[in-house]
Formats: sequence, structure tokens, C-alpha cells
Amino acid sequence: MGLSPLPIDRNTTHESISPNWVTTRLDFLANWGRANSLWPMPFGTACCAIEFMATAAARFDIARFGMERMSFSPRQADVLICAGRLPFKLAPVIRRIWDQMPQPKWAISMGACASSGGIFDNYAMVQGIDTIIPVDVYVPGCPPRPEGLLYGIMLLQKKIMGETMADPSLRVEQLVGPDGLFRRPEHIDEISEPFGNSVHQTRSA
Amino acid sequence: MSAADTVGALRARFPKDVIRSHVVCGQDVVYVSNDKAHEILRWLQEDPAQQFNYLTDITCVEHRDAERELEVVYQLRSLNRKVDLRVKIGLNPDGPLVVRSVIDLWAGADWLEREAWDMFGVKFKGHPDLRRILMWEGYAEGFPLRKSFPLRGHWSRSEQTRQALEANPEAYYSLEELSIAEAYHELPLDVRERLAKAGKVLP
Repeated sequence: MGLSPLPIDRNTTHESISPNWVTTRLDFLANWGRANSLWPMPFGTACCAIEFMATAAARFDIARFGMERMSFSPRQADVLICAGRLPFKLAPVIRRIWDQMPQPKWAISMGACASSGGIFDNYAMVQGIDTIIPVDVYVPGCPPRPEGLLYGIMLLQKKIMGETMADPSLRVEQLVGPDGLFRRPEHIDEISEPFGNSVHQTRSA
Repeated sequence: MSAADTVGALRARFPKDVIRSHVVCGQDVVYVSNDKAHEILRWLQEDPAQQFNYLTDITCVEHRDAERELEVVYQLRSLNRKVDLRVKIGLNPDGPLVVRSVIDLWAGADWLEREAWDMFGVKFKGHPDLRRILMWEGYAEGFPLRKSFPLRGHWSRSEQTRQALEANPEAYYSLEELSIAEAYHELPLDVRERLAKAGKVLP
């Protein structure tokens, strides 16, 4: 499942481009266009999705950031917003959606559960979607207020404005490897470790 | 006639198989033997004086004390009489967890029994389609609500992530699952033609 990785020829393609006046001006133009017309793919699974809907609605008005065009098909989406907890059952689904999104693409992890598993430190829940897909911006909160999400969106815009075509690594697909994981297993174990109050949860057996 | 009268009638009708009964928070609870449970439930549903025609829920309870029984719980309601009754079957948590399916009495038992199987591993003999419903198909870690199941699961997070990413949802949750075959004649003509052409359904 997913795309086949494109081999990067280190000698010929992008790396031979060094930043100069033309590329930096082009970068600015491309990034300005991308940052101000992000089409979100809303992946709402829980109460964060309600805040996301509030962000999209008239009072907070995500259209001010050029994001009002929700892309319910991943094929036209630029930014995946995972709003809510992600159970392991949905892990292959969000991974497939991420793989279907064309480059350039970014991901926002909205809320405590998407970012870290939140209060759901149990057998059914992914402990942070960054064990499944690469994440650009984490928005803390349970759920985050619309202002929080908007701040995350502005951070993402700032990040996009800093991108350059001289960096070939930005557009490399980070796919699920032959071991069936997208990160090294010891990293997943480490970032999934219980923290805070869930350290004290009783374990039977 | 109240639920207490039902318990009395049950004791008179099945003296050996009603093990004990008590009242919890105004709710009558009857413990019955596993062998006769299906017969008792059938009687509760069909007897004109009982008419428990609505199955509210099927679930299980496993207690922290290892010597206590694992209980399969049937929450019944008679819509006409406005009476509730809770029927419990005690099972040995170590032994075979097998009870008879009540899907022939209440069709709504289908998903309830699948959930009890998914979470507790209780087998419902006679259920036509007993497979996981909350956890995904192929989930091999065990039955999450058993006391022997650790809160975070048996495996490491990386192994759980690997198994989850390996799952192919479309192999199990496809259109075929919606039993197109049964609804075939209610489908629009063009859909029927398309399905027949794809060899999905035999008209």
C-alpha cells in the first residue's frame, strides 16, 4: 500500500542548484502562493474536529488564511489536519490518505491526542500521529481553541515561507519501509512511553 | 406484575436452573445456569405473562477477584409491560467461555454478541458471523477487556504500530460486507447491471 519511493540522484538534480538571486526570488513567489492557499484535508475524529469546524466557520474564518477550500479528497489537498485521537484501526487509513496527497504537502497534528495520545494511553490508541506520518506543526490543547489552531496555521505558513527549492530533501516521500514502519521501532517505543499522570496507571499482569 | 413477580415465576418454572437472584439499585438480577439459559430466555420472551420483547444489551463482567465468575449479562425489557430484568450467566474465567447465541430470539443480538466476543472472548454458539467488531479484523493481541490484558496491550508500541499499518481495511470492510446479495433486488437497475457485469452478484 502506498507509493513507490523515487530514487534521488544526488549528483545531478536539485542539489546542483545553489541559492542565488533568481532562485530565492522564485522561492519567495512559490512559497507566498503556497502558504496563502493551503487546502486542508480535514481528518476529524473527535472533539478537536468541532473546534476545527468553528475555526472554519464565520467567527474565526479560516478563509482569511486562504484555507476555506476544504479538500475532502486527498488528491487535491495540501495540508492534512488530524483533529482528534487516532486509534490503531485508523492508522492504515490516515497513512493511505497521506500517501495519496501530492507534494508539496504538510501535516498539522491538532490537539493533545493526535500529538501524543493524550489521556488515551491504552491498547487501542496511536501515541502521537508522528509514529504514522511526518508532522510539521503540533497544536497543543484539549481541544485547542480556534485561536490556537490559527496560530498553528500561521506557524505552518511561516515554515513554508522558509522553504527553498535548493533543499531536495523537503519533497522526499517518507514512506513505510520494508519493516512495516515509517520510523525506527526504538523511536516509536521511546516517544510512546507513558508520561505525566499516565505513569501511575495501574497495569494488570 | 413487576420484575419481582417474574423472578418468582422463573423460580417456579425452572426451579433447578435459577441459581440465585437479588435486587441491585431497584433492578432484579437473576443468575441462571448456562445449560438452560437459552430455554429460560426463550420462555421470558415468549411467555404471554412475561413478554420480554426487547433486548437492551448483552455484555460481560469480569471481576478483579480471580475466584469470582465471569458473567455474561443480558439486559431485557418488556416494552408492553414496562419492566426490566437482568439475567446473568456465570462462567469459569479459565474454562471454555461458551454460551448459546440468542440471535434466534432477538435479531438485535448480532452486534452485541460480536462486541462481547471482541472484548471478552466469549464464544456465542450458533452466531452466524462471530468476528471482531470494534478492534480490526486480524487483531491478534487478545481480548482487551479481560483482566489478564494489560492496559497498554501485550506488545511494544512499535510492534502494535507495525501490525496496525500492516492491516488492509479494504480487505474486510468492503461493499461485499454490506451483503449486497441480500439487498440485490432493491438496488437501482444500473447498479444491478454493473454488479452483475463485475461478477459480484449472481442475479
